Amino acid sequence: MSTLTLWIVIISLGVGSFFLRFSFLGLVGDRPLPPWLLRHLRYTAVAILPAMVTPLVAFSNDAGTGPEPGRLLAALVAVAVGAKTKNVLAAIGSGAAVLTLYILVTG
Amino acid sequence: MSTTTPKTAFWRGVRDSAPFTLVAGPFALLFGVIATEAGLNLFEVMTFSLAVIAGAAQFTALQLMQENAPTVVVIISALAVNLRVAMYSAALTPYLGRAPMWQRVFAAYLLVDQSYALSHQKFEAEPEMTVPERMGYYMGTCLLVMSVWYGASLAGAIIGSALPPQIPIDFALPIAFLAMVAPALRTLPHVIAAFTAVVVSLFAASVPWSLGLIIAGAAGMIAGAQAEQWMERRT
Repeated sequence: MSTLTLWIVIISLGVGSFFLRFSFLGLVGDRPLPPWLLRHLRYTAVAILPAMVTPLVAFSNDAGTGPEPGRLLAALVAVAVGAKTKNVLAAIGSGAAVLTLYILVTG
Repeated sequence: MSTTTPKTAFWRGVRDSAPFTLVAGPFALLFGVIATEAGLNLFEVMTFSLAVIAGAAQFTALQLMQENAPTVVVIISALAVNLRVAMYSAALTPYLGRAPMWQRVFAAYLLVDQSYALSHQKFEAEPEMTVPERMGYYMGTCLLVMSVWYGASLAGAIIGSALPPQIPIDFALPIAFLAMVAPALRTLPHVIAAFTAVVVSLFAASVPWSLGLIIAGAAGMIAGAQAEQWMERRT
């Protein structure tokens, strides 16, 4: 990434995030949002994040044609622990532990 | 037990927020480490963390920039991940909307998961609080969390430049994202949204300019919204 791109992203995200946060508090006031919009907004995070991660896991081997076993295993463990415990840090920790163990064992 | 002045409300906010620093700290630390590994210098890491204050959005931007995605896609995706703060803004407006404009500007900058969750719960439970008391409490919930956020970002940036290169830190991001999503799969529509996004993203992976991400994300959102509506009609 170039320095220029990085600063464009930092500044745009800084300004954009501020306006997302300011939107209602500062501009919209008490007027309610249309229900159909709220209904879609509820699912942004659970849709965008998996959409980004899936190809990173599914094509993680050196040739980029399929999953690398250690990474696939680490990803599945992170999801399982996260879904079971509802604890983000426990999920990150167990996923990282599995990947580290896998690298140590297989060399 | 009622809060009496904006000042006591502020300190109650500080106390109530203390446990949440344990959540904000590690995320900022991880961001500092990964951003430094990705080649950002200390000033860039700190400006990023100070300007955006949103772990998931910052991680998203970092990941996509490393994949050399078009800048517009980086910005749209990161903001989409952060759309929930607009919902927080909407939820707090009935309680803080009558505060002076400069206070609302300040409050907007500080609006994160923790300040929203604590304040909304408090304002709902104690409807007799005045607007200045509410603002005092809200700012109180931000003090520790933000200090830890800035400090841990700095610590992460310093640690990141000292990490040995054989640690597979590039995969820390996917794991962190999965860990954030898994606990959010609370209802069937949430699961359907995530599952749809996963399947579509596999088929859309070869779409140019990283647009597969936008397509798969939109498909997931539509699937979740449709599923929710369908379940409401059945009950």
